[in-house]
Amino acid sequence: MTQYYGVERGTSRTRIILIITSCLVVALACGPALMSANILDHLIVLFIYIILAISWNALAGYGGLISVGQQAFFGIGAYAAIRLSYYGVPVYLALPLGGAAGAMAAGIASLFMLHLRGGEFAIGMWVLATLIQQLVSLDPLIQGSTGTSLLALNHFAPASRRADTYWLSLAVLLGLLGALFWLLRSRQGAAMQAIRDDEEAARSIGVAVAPTKRLAFVFAGLGAGMAGALWLAASITFQPGTYFGVQWTAYMIFMVLVGGIGTFEGPILGAILFFALETIFGATGVWYLIGLGAVSVGFALFAPRGIWGALEARFGWRLLPVGYRLVLGPGFARDKTASSIVQSDHHA
Amino acid sequence: MLVARALSKQFGSLTVIDRVDFRLADAEAVGIVGPNGAGKTTLLNLLSGAMQPSAGQISYRETDIKAQDAAARCRLGIGRSHQVPRPFIGMTVFENVLVAAQQGGQAQGADAYQRGVEALQACGMVEHANRRAETLGLLDRKRLELARALATKPDILLLDEIGGGLTDGEAEVLVRIIQRLRQGGIAIVWIEHIVHILVQVVDRLICMDAGRIIADGSPSAVLENQAVMSAYLGGGVV
Ligand SMILES: Nc1ncnc2c1ncn2[C@@H]1O[C@H](COP(=O)(O)OP(=O)(O)OP(=O)(O)O)[C@@H](O)[C@H]1O
Ligand SMILES: [Mg+2]
Repeated sequence: MTQYYGVERGTSRTRIILIITSCLVVALACGPALMSANILDHLIVLFIYIILAISWNALAGYGGLISVGQQAFFGIGAYAAIRLSYYGVPVYLALPLGGAAGAMAAGIASLFMLHLRGGEFAIGMWVLATLIQQLVSLDPLIQGSTGTSLLALNHFAPASRRADTYWLSLAVLLGLLGALFWLLRSRQGAAMQAIRDDEEAARSIGVAVAPTKRLAFVFAGLGAGMAGALWLAASITFQPGTYFGVQWTAYMIFMVLVGGIGTFEGPILGAILFFALETIFGATGVWYLIGLGAVSVGFALFAPRGIWGALEARFGWRLLPVGYRLVLGPGFARDKTASSIVQSDHHA
Repeated sequence: MLVARALSKQFGSLTVIDRVDFRLADAEAVGIVGPNGAGKTTLLNLLSGAMQPSAGQISYRETDIKAQDAAARCRLGIGRSHQVPRPFIGMTVFENVLVAAQQGGQAQGADAYQRGVEALQACGMVEHANRRAETLGLLDRKRLELARALATKPDILLLDEIGGGLTDGEAEVLVRIIQRLRQGGIAIVWIEHIVHILVQVVDRLICMDAGRIIADGSPSAVLENQAVMSAYLGGGVV
């Protein structure tokens, strides 16, 4: 008897979501022609938040690496962009290169930081961020804690600068989302999810844990670095204290925990939520920060899979699935006496 | 094919494995019995690479593998199951075996799908393929544990109490599965308290007590051994 099976990697809904997403992207790409300067500025911030959220999620949600020092790469991204621009690199090239410097720094840091475990790693990353901040402050170009500006940006008219920064942010966001989606659907991605669920079990079935974690760490460094460079493009000024501040990581943790750690869609939702909260309550200062902390802890304790995880469990939502679904065809014997299996052409 | 010499493992001052010599031949099936806390799981952990021995040597096909971690040993062909199942709970049953086929089994694309499906079929788990592993009961978790180890395409399977809590009918199915694996040429080390299941499959039985091997030989000889009887406090082993 011949059995047929197929493996599906998406649903009909996935296609619809991808079409909707494409339309949304086209609409967003036309943003500078359609939207006010104020809205554009806000959207740039939202894009940066999403980048921060997905990068911390890749690290903690898939690599199992809880870091409170991702501001190190955020700061390096901005600092490297300033340095490169100072050396004469065109500013809109220096910015993405600055982000890439974040990935490079993460690659180097991974050589020693990934030997640390759990809490040691988390705190070690914070120490590393503080150390890098001190080193950056020593650069005469930065003028200590006073900081400096990305002067090259001042050569552009504000409106065209805003549009360019907007497009750059959108492009980086889409690039990182696409890369992460592709990564999670690859063999490496399946290995990352296995590590997320049980590192020792993953090792026992042959997952090379260290390189897989390094991949997550470098991706997270890239994301944070890009976010830092984009933040610099949006705000022009650079003070080490601000860029290397731990609040960036706190925001990332909030967005990921609330949205849904270890899911693809959750952190995007978390970022949108965070953005909305900040827009509404951001002016209330310290209470706002305390509220964020309380909500993060609440989610960690009572809804560890976040809003998206809860929706997924409740309604079986799988908008952009990274997984595999086995579909059994006609003649497939559902018991263990089956002996031969023929791969069908049924592939999604 | 798998040889361990003078293997010891200490946790602080506690010696859990005490100068154990162990040898597994090609396609051989060995059962390990022994009272709770005898060190059976720890021995398996040392063989699989989940733990590093405090002293001793381990080689696989005449190659020293002491420095290889569990992942490397799995890719060499040493698969294992865990006494307390450790499924990837956020993934489906099929994804659990698929990642094992891709990583430990180093299979690509449709080959990996094929191996995953075969492993599920061998363990009667096909109908649960798309369930999240989190939703499985203990019995199915144990089956998944076996299927996942199988998907890595092992030459040696190290099994830790996969038969506990099964009904007679289920145990019979399990025995048939393991027998078929044996016929396929896979060597097996099987820790199990339920001796009457074990003896249907293994050609050799080892009894451990307090970190040592106290008997090693044909199942019938080991079960009649006086030391084995007293290790179980005279309680009927069979
Ligand atoms: N990680 C550890 N740290 C400290 N002690 C341990 C550790 N793992 C096992 N032990 C101890 O080593 C001894 C042997 O444990 P092991 O799990 O190997 O026994 P076992 O023969 O598998 O028992 P069981 O039949 O109950 O599964 C026990 O006393 C246990 O408490
Ligand atoms: Mg045990």
